Amino acid sequence: MTAAPASIGAQRNWWAGRTRSAYLFRRTARLLVSLALLLTATFFMIHLVPGDPVRAALGPTAPASLVAERKAALGLDKPLVTQYVDYIRDVLHGDFGTSMTTGESVTEVIKQRAPATFKLAGIAFLVAMFVAVPLGVLMAALTRDSRRRGVELGFTAATGGLAAIPSFLLAVGLVYLFAVTIHIFPVAGRAGFSSYVLPVAALALAPIAALSRIVRVEGLRVLEQDYIRTARGKRLPARIVYVRHALPNTLTPTLTLAGLLLGGLVAGTVLVENIFAWPGLGTTLVQSVAEKDYPTVQALAVVFGTVVLLANFAVDIALGVIDPRSTILES
Amino acid sequence: MSEPSTSRFRQALRTPVGITASIGLAAIIVLAIIAPILWSDDAAKLDILAASQGASRAHPLGTDALGRDILYRMLVATRLSVTLALLAAGLGALIGIPLGAIPALVGGRIGKLVTGFINLSVAFPTLLVAIFVAAIIGVGARGAVAGIGIAIAPYFARLSQTLSASVAGSDYLAAARMLGVRRVRLLRRHILPNVAEPLLITVTIAVGDSLLALAGLSFLGLGVQPPQYDWGRMLSEGLSRIYVTPVVALGPAIAITLGALSFVLFGEVLAKAAAGGGAPRWTRTDLSALPVLPAGPPTGDGDAIPVPDVLAVENLTVSFPGGSVPVRGVSLEVAPGEIIGIVGESGSGKTLTAMAIADLLPAASQLTASRFTLFGKDPRSLGEAERRRLLGRSLAVVYQDPMSALNPALRVGRQLAEVSEVHDGLSKSSATQRAVDRLGSVRIANPAARVRQYPHEFSGGMRQRAVIAMGLMSEPKLIIADEPTTALDVTVQQQILQLLREVSTSGGSAAILISHDVAVVSQLCRRVLVMYAGRIVEELDVATLVIGPAHPYTAALVASVPTMESDRTQPLASIPGRAPSPYDDSPGCPFAPRCPRASARCTDLMPPLEQRSAGHRVACWHPLQRGAAGTPAGVAVEDVAV
Repeated sequence: MTAAPASIGAQRNWWAGRTRSAYLFRRTARLLVSLALLLTATFFMIHLVPGDPVRAALGPTAPASLVAERKAALGLDKPLVTQYVDYIRDVLHGDFGTSMTTGESVTEVIKQRAPATFKLAGIAFLVAMFVAVPLGVLMAALTRDSRRRGVELGFTAATGGLAAIPSFLLAVGLVYLFAVTIHIFPVAGRAGFSSYVLPVAALALAPIAALSRIVRVEGLRVLEQDYIRTARGKRLPARIVYVRHALPNTLTPTLTLAGLLLGGLVAGTVLVENIFAWPGLGTTLVQSVAEKDYPTVQALAVVFGTVVLLANFAVDIALGVIDPRSTILES
Repeated sequence: MSEPSTSRFRQALRTPVGITASIGLAAIIVLAIIAPILWSDDAAKLDILAASQGASRAHPLGTDALGRDILYRMLVATRLSVTLALLAAGLGALIGIPLGAIPALVGGRIGKLVTGFINLSVAFPTLLVAIFVAAIIGVGARGAVAGIGIAIAPYFARLSQTLSASVAGSDYLAAARMLGVRRVRLLRRHILPNVAEPLLITVTIAVGDSLLALAGLSFLGLGVQPPQYDWGRMLSEGLSRIYVTPVVALGPAIAITLGALSFVLFGEVLAKAAAGGGAPRWTRTDLSALPVLPAGPPTGDGDAIPVPDVLAVENLTVSFPGGSVPVRGVSLEVAPGEIIGIVGESGSGKTLTAMAIADLLPAASQLTASRFTLFGKDPRSLGEAERRRLLGRSLAVVYQDPMSALNPALRVGRQLAEVSEVHDGLSKSSATQRAVDRLGSVRIANPAARVRQYPHEFSGGMRQRAVIAMGLMSEPKLIIADEPTTALDVTVQQQILQLLREVSTSGGSAAILISHDVAVVSQLCRRVLVMYAGRIVEELDVATLVIGPAHPYTAALVASVPTMESDRTQPLASIPGRAPSPYDDSPGCPFAPRCPRASARCTDLMPPLEQRSAGHRVACWHPLQRGAAGTPAGVAVEDVAV
């Protein structure tokens, strides 16, 4: 080996590293801009409320002095720019103000409620991934080369139906089946493992259906590829062919969809929590919207929005790691 | 919409799914119109005595807390549910479509900003956005419609963005502008027809989605407020009673599902028709399935004799269901260290022959052979694990297209190292070390850095080197190279051929080189098999190939290779006619229809592959005589190109 080709190789490597860190930088910048937009949007939320938000929250019978007092407490009497600066500063310090209806610290309420929601959504997401991906790969392996038409038909019909039913209707059906008809699982509340089963199932079933369909179609596409023949030509065991060679190539579309599903899961928790009386952010959100408790609504918009943005960010980064080509295509 | 697309839609709506969706949609629209007229009074009739009942003859779906009949209320609620969904979808389209058109109209920095904003807002789930918008506007039907409209607007924007970009960049628009078509006419005649179809489909699906989202909002108590009621509201009222009278909740749940599904299905049926209808999702290509070797007929007495050859096959036949027989009775032997070539046109069965030997045939195919010995064993008689070990360590395959033969998601080093990990039980690090070594031996510069790279960072020639290095991870006794240079450019071709020669001489491995190119094969091999229509028609050494082949087909192949002496004012020699299809079952010589020497005997009877001289076999009733006239190439051209 001479010195010249070696340095060329090193240069190429350097370029590869550079595109990747450039991608990371670009993507992080986008996340920060998105977060700034989110904060700005949530700030203006309360100002977009038609009429007087404090009056609307306290009701027409509240004395004018109380309304003025609350306004001052919320800082709504200050100039808009001051309010904006204060808001951003407070949010960055984790201070979301006090609830208009209960007078509690919104940050405390969120701290109290968030774990239940994130646990529910997180478990549902993991369950969805861990069921859907192997299921999709298995179905692709079973139905490759147009084999087992019956299995294929059954699978596509079942998942097609499941994916079409929204989570809250599924939840109602699950409650009816498992809690009312056969009393296996509790109908509502959060106490122990069994109370998780139905909400998690309600949240995860539709994503499982959608995701496993994608994984199967992608798996079939990948199993047709030349590099799978190469892998077989190397006489690798079937396990390695499927897991190491086929699976990563199905991950790009799978992860992209999973990112969307994660966002959908967060929204799904709002409905599912209300069905199962789950003491999480979803129930808090509905309550605070109904009661016009604007500081709480505002804080929840920040929390939910951040979760969605971070989920998308995480998926993009994961894609960049798993499928390095995406970092190039991106630019 | 043009005539053909209308008929396409009509056809799509006649499929079972299309009929179901149409009936569902029609039923919902009819209900939305007539139900409030017919049953408003029944739905509002209070009957305190029958309050909160389950299903009964008088009330099939039970009654609510005030004793009103739920079935009637459900039917009447169709209008409000559907109307609100239509309004929300309409609002979404109204906001989203102009927004999405901005990038195409304005372009530049503002266009980019709008695009970024659309991409950002699509990420947020509809229901969440709707809830927050409803929180601003105020809880109620108005807030819910506005919320959902705004929440789905990004989807419309995304669609209109792509549509406007494609229309703006289209040739027909440029042509119409050049012709001075006026703006209104431009919009009506040229732009609208092209965007109407996808927009209509999206609106239909959006109505279904809005229906669901509205039901969700009402269900949460953030949508329609009493005394008004829609399906979502009824569902939430029913859920509180699901323990006592579950039917009360299930009725509205089913109404929501069916309602939304009808719209979404209808839209999807239209979309599928627009996209080209019943075309299969993916088309099958060959050579992809698991290597399953169906057992052939018993191997006979060939097993008893010790076989020194690396490979010996007799009467190898590959067939596919449906009567296609692309490989017909091929027999060949490869001695240790020998490089043989297989030439033939595409479709001659040479690749399938190679894949049959390599145990990489497509799953649907059927392999038979009266004898099949590879490294002294019949692969068909081995168990899965044993066969894998035998082939994995002793057989290397180099594929036609290096661009697709390497796995794009794995580092090159990983793809090499795993061979030694699996078959030689090497540790990860020593396998990687061997991969570095082998990459170096195929003259890839800086292999230690290269093993960490992905295939897309390699050039085509380098990838083919990497594939060859992959084959060298064990010490192969046989290398099968299937058109290894076809996908590469000429200068690289030479290097790869040179490399293959080196690899086989230094490692002492035998090789089968498959090519359509006589020139390539004659550079590397001493012995050449010529295949035509799934059969070996001639087997000869390279010297004979040059001096004078006996089979007219071989002669024609040789003649088609341009040399330095070729007359460049003449068109390149080619063989007139076409090879028979693998379904063809005629008894005669398959080359007879294209052969100038063919006689009646040729069309009636397949000539056997017969020994002509040492190392020269030919299947021809009328073989060419060596040195019959002038240069051999000249003979061939005169003989064949009529």
